[in-house]
Amino acid sequence: MNAVVETTDLTKRFGENTALNGLTMTVPQGGIVGFLGRNGSGKSTTIKILLDVIRRTSGEALLLGEPTGSVAVRRRIGFLGEDKRLYPYMTVEEIIEFTRPFFSTWRKETESRLLRDFELPRNCKVSSLSKGMRTKLGLLLNLCRHAEFLILDEPSEGLDPVMAEQMLQSLVQQAADGTTIFFSSHQISEVEQIADHIIVIEKGRVVLQGPLDHVQQKFRRINLVFDDPPPAEAFRVDGVDHVSLQGRTISILASRNIDDIAALGPLLAAKSVEVQPVGLKELFLEKVRER
Amino acid sequence: MILRLNPSSGVPVYLQIVEQIKHSIEIGALEEGDQLPGIRPLAEDLVVSPNTVVKAYNELERDGVIRLRHGAGAYVSESNSPNSRRCRIKDASILVKNVVEKLRNMGLSDEQSRRLFEAELMEEVSCR
Repeated sequence: MNAVVETTDLTKRFGENTALNGLTMTVPQGGIVGFLGRNGSGKSTTIKILLDVIRRTSGEALLLGEPTGSVAVRRRIGFLGEDKRLYPYMTVEEIIEFTRPFFSTWRKETESRLLRDFELPRNCKVSSLSKGMRTKLGLLLNLCRHAEFLILDEPSEGLDPVMAEQMLQSLVQQAADGTTIFFSSHQISEVEQIADHIIVIEKGRVVLQGPLDHVQQKFRRINLVFDDPPPAEAFRVDGVDHVSLQGRTISILASRNIDDIAALGPLLAAKSVEVQPVGLKELFLEKVRER
Repeated sequence: MILRLNPSSGVPVYLQIVEQIKHSIEIGALEEGDQLPGIRPLAEDLVVSPNTVVKAYNELERDGVIRLRHGAGAYVSESNSPNSRRCRIKDASILVKNVVEKLRNMGLSDEQSRRLFEAELMEEVSCR
């Protein structure tokens, strides 16, 4: 598996503040990678280091196999930031005309399709566009160039549900054309829907990463109902990530040994044992709470 | 073919696609030789990563449910014999009907029977 991004023990301090605290992650080539974390968890800092906008304090970061900061590599990468800075005095048509000649890989058919799908008003000035429209224009300018790797920082921020779905659909189209997509988000539902790989960070460290289906198949919620619940210590066994007691129910989040843990139920005289899949939202909250 | 996905259920999306396509064949919504949507249009339609559709189709091919012809799309396998699957489901439903009738005659409420069924099915899961 080729990696488009590889960071090792990446650290970034702003004065007293530690934004990244030994972040080690791998973004595989091909497909859609969701980069999840709370506000302030270090998502934007990570992206800025990858783009060489800010310098790391220590650690390593490779982008398309090269150390960050390579101009040649930067040309192969598309980026849409949170602020969506565009020239406000140009019209939609003008900014497209202006951007096109910079990229030999620009595809006219993508341009006309997205102009139509995104319902962008060609003759309107950028300054008069809504935030959602500006996001879609920024996305169009990036998607038309068909970069090898596209980084998006919170692309759905400020989009209404219809626009968000159009945005996600355009990312799927782009991924089908072979671009690796890496997008940060705190919208767990959209990550669950379109990502095939996830990286979750909290306080500047990776707390969960891997193919989304592996993550989903690994974790289970085991609910055990008792007349007289045994102490939580009885479930401190290999594979148990978290134990909580709610009334007569002991609820366990586990990532290994699921069958053995469920088998503890009958041994400890549980009235019922339920094993359920765990949604990403629940997993995210659990992983973030742990720390 | 209509697929309805629930991405937040915790069940991997590719497995949901696999199960729903198998179900479509069982109920006759898809028949042998029918063409399935291509990877790209299906990914766009469902708004899921193309990798997810690829994984689902590979799994279906491994199970012998579909055939992938390079560049020509995916087809429901002839060997898959949806008729026999449909017969099996029909036989099973008669079996279940008889059991339910007996349970009612024994004076069990439907809710009690449902719990017994679920407990029995759970048993299988936790034994695995």
